[in-house]
Amino acid sequence: MTDTTTPLARIRNFAIIAHIDHGKSTLADRLIEECGGLEKREMKQQVLDSMDLERERGITIKAQTVRLAYTAKDGLEYQFNLMDTPGHVDFAYEVSRSLAACEGSLLVVDSTQGVEAQTLANVYQAIENDHEILCVINKVDLPAADVDRVKEQIEEVIGLDTSNAVAISAKSGIGIPELLEAIVTFLPPPKSGDADAPLKALLVDSWYDAYLGVVILVRVVDGTIRAGQKVRFMQTGATRDIDRVGMFAPKRVVIDQLGPGEMGFITAGIKEIAETKVGDTITDERRLAAEPLAGFKPSVPVVFCSLFPVDAAQFEHLRDSLGKLALNDSSFHFEAESSQALGFGFRCGFLGLLHMEIIQERLEREFDLDMIATAPSVVYRVHQTNSTMIELYNPADMPDVVKIDHIEEPWIKATILLPDEYLGGILQLCQERRGVQIELTYVGARAMLVYRLPLNEVVFDFYDRLKSISRGYASFDYTLDGYEEGDLVKMQILVNNDPVDALAMVVHRSQSERRGRMLCERLKELIPKQLFKIAIQAAIGGKVIARETVSAMRKDVTAKCYGGDISRKRKLLDKQKEGKKRMRQFGEVEIPQSAFIAALRMGDEN
Amino acid sequence: MRVQNLALAIYVHWPFCLSKCPYCDFNSHVRETVDHDRWRTGLLAELDHYADRASGRTVTSIFFGGGTPSLMEPSTAAAVIDRVAARWTMAPDVEITLEANPSSVESARFAALAVAGVNRVSLGVQALDDASLSFLGRRHNVAEAMDALAVAKRQFARTSFDLIYARPGQSVADWRAELARALEEGTEHLSVYQLTIEEGTRFATLAARGELDMPDEETQAALYETTQEVLEAAGLPAYEISNHARPGAESRHNLTYWRYGDYVGIGPGAHGRLTVDGVKLATRAHRAPEIWLDRVSAKGHGAHADVPVSMAERSDELLMMGLRLKEGVARARLRDELGADIDILLDDRKLSRLVDAGFLQLDDDRLSATAEGRQRLNAVLASLLSHK
Repeated sequence: MTDTTTPLARIRNFAIIAHIDHGKSTLADRLIEECGGLEKREMKQQVLDSMDLERERGITIKAQTVRLAYTAKDGLEYQFNLMDTPGHVDFAYEVSRSLAACEGSLLVVDSTQGVEAQTLANVYQAIENDHEILCVINKVDLPAADVDRVKEQIEEVIGLDTSNAVAISAKSGIGIPELLEAIVTFLPPPKSGDADAPLKALLVDSWYDAYLGVVILVRVVDGTIRAGQKVRFMQTGATRDIDRVGMFAPKRVVIDQLGPGEMGFITAGIKEIAETKVGDTITDERRLAAEPLAGFKPSVPVVFCSLFPVDAAQFEHLRDSLGKLALNDSSFHFEAESSQALGFGFRCGFLGLLHMEIIQERLEREFDLDMIATAPSVVYRVHQTNSTMIELYNPADMPDVVKIDHIEEPWIKATILLPDEYLGGILQLCQERRGVQIELTYVGARAMLVYRLPLNEVVFDFYDRLKSISRGYASFDYTLDGYEEGDLVKMQILVNNDPVDALAMVVHRSQSERRGRMLCERLKELIPKQLFKIAIQAAIGGKVIARETVSAMRKDVTAKCYGGDISRKRKLLDKQKEGKKRMRQFGEVEIPQSAFIAALRMGDEN
Repeated sequence: MRVQNLALAIYVHWPFCLSKCPYCDFNSHVRETVDHDRWRTGLLAELDHYADRASGRTVTSIFFGGGTPSLMEPSTAAAVIDRVAARWTMAPDVEITLEANPSSVESARFAALAVAGVNRVSLGVQALDDASLSFLGRRHNVAEAMDALAVAKRQFARTSFDLIYARPGQSVADWRAELARALEEGTEHLSVYQLTIEEGTRFATLAARGELDMPDEETQAALYETTQEVLEAAGLPAYEISNHARPGAESRHNLTYWRYGDYVGIGPGAHGRLTVDGVKLATRAHRAPEIWLDRVSAKGHGAHADVPVSMAERSDELLMMGLRLKEGVARARLRDELGADIDILLDDRKLSRLVDAGFLQLDDDRLSATAEGRQRLNAVLASLLSHK
């Protein structure tokens, strides 16, 4: 079977779209099991979520693909290529790649929850990609399931026809045979594909494997790709000899070739992931395709923060670890920087807040790093008086005020779905964050809000506030929505008149006082009393907008030393001296680095 | 340098108590029975051991600490004093102090202890109200303590007593009244310690459970300042952070520690600093009473190996101890001990910052901490002695 390619009519390439927790990965597991991809004893939950972090948090980060063989009621064997797509907006670029490689999508909706904001964005993308969408209503065995209401909601909110919808329980297996049959019946095969035409294959994804080197996921459009073939990457111009062709079933299987409409992987002795551009077209060096495929827009980091090792001795380890993560995540960028308050570290760019959180968590868990992250920031466009524009990735690099003509900031269009009892609080939050309401609609007792918001208001604890106001019931998603001029200023935190670089931030003038006061109050609590009083100020340019004082300590002396035991007292002193090595000098006072770290950490939690 | 090295103080540790007080993290132990003869032999053997190593010195003080050394048999104290006198030269004005619990049982021994040669007693009175005494786990009440103090005054040339302040719920007014009551006793020396919560004590457990309502930093500071004000007005100024005396009535033994003079430590857990051929040695005995006693019976001493104190550590120790004293550290003393002047030993910038801020004062003769500086001495030292 591996020697010949499958006829187009018997191929179904499809993605699974769902909100977190709606059962996407469980469904994928069930399909794999039902098609005999794995023996029952080999099944572990959420086979496709290969990272521990993915399995634990119940989210999919990297798109995964698996080929299944399904014998339908018509007696024919079909090839299913299933792509499990990330459910979060930060990984929208992964989703868009997956969708471009498929002709159909399964929209999985939890029958006890209904449609969520993140589902919407992905469904709209699928619709834009001309996908046939099959609705799958999951968790129908739960007492709270309301299949009819959810169908109605899908029709009203998304406007999809649900007459073909399949009701299933991925967990217990209810409806899975019907679903497999519906995939054959309702999802289309690949549209075109000429086995005799010059090779044209889409580079869908790539990752680094310790044994194979760089592994490339491809979707063949025309022609065939096989081992030994010399191929050209049309965008980069590089040529390589294919040394391996295979597929995931879901175990890795080496096969002879991939034909039109098929998906699988290739390796070509590539050592660096940077050599493989996602969206590139792979063609035959000896029979070049005339035109490349459409490709994708490259992913651009939109959220930035700096990462510093808590222990300066871990700097090299952090550098190596970031390098290793970047190997497998072409969307993650970093470069070295240094801070007076926090020492040497890296400025890092992420696709969004979740991406940032995941990278930080992986660094801590997989590489055992103890790190501190500065407040997240976005990319500002600073238009200077000399008519040049610079993109500002780090508030520390802000040009002098007199050189700035105006500053633009990125905006987003956010969709928030929530039970209407929390609407008042969420509206207030959006208004506080300079939001502009675009739309407010109701579906039963659920409200759908569409707001335009400045991204810098969202990266700063917006999501946490949203969750706390709605007791976790609101869902939120966004798309970038252009740049707009704003009254933006650089706010600095001064300790005894010295600026603390790591705490500098760009804020809208209207928010500066609130943010400044909050930071000053927080630092006041965190900085231990010392011999000298400490002034903590928030300032814009030369103007102080908030101020707190840490009063000088009044008493700090050991009452008694035991029977001439000087050594014990000296050990206490040595401990204090050791602690001073981690101090940063500000004017006449020394502030423990731990105070800045705690100030920045509290930002994560609030 | 010669004079300094010739003088020697001797500390003798008696590790036993009738019960363990909930604030105390000293090396004290409760035992059903104590073999007094064996202990006497052990202490004498260790004295001989150090007499061999530090011969030719003049002993300026002996201090029996604990534990509860008033539980020693007076004959043991007498034997120790006699052995010291036999092995070293005793200074004519030698100060021999014994710490005692102010109970009737113990005060009954005061006469015998005085005959043995003890000429100064330090009573662990700790508080002047019965409720506080019971909170502190003390076995005596106020009336008993006052009786014991009266006996002590009759028997010994010099007496001192200890008080503990900054107890939970204690107000400045309460403390002022308590100090006034203490002064009525007409003592010439008072040790006034702030209650601190030490690891491994019962109070530490209570504090961890949130069951001790300790005064905050402001109250602690106010209580400390009140102590200074009341006792200074009464003619008992602080000569050290926690010790107050009529001028001339200071504890000579404790001054040896604070001036970083030589002392040997006898008994379990005792520490010493001994200069031998220009090298300062830190000595330390096994803490566990039974192990110490076994070692001393077998080897003649219960000490761990000596640890030479580096010049940098000597500098730290000298300043750390000396700045506790109101008199501070004489420049000449620094030169004697370390062979260098202040400007070599200390970071000039840090020093002048602390001087300018009014925490330290430096003149041609000496470096000392001001009242403000002594009140915050841990922070002052950390700042002054941090890496240069």
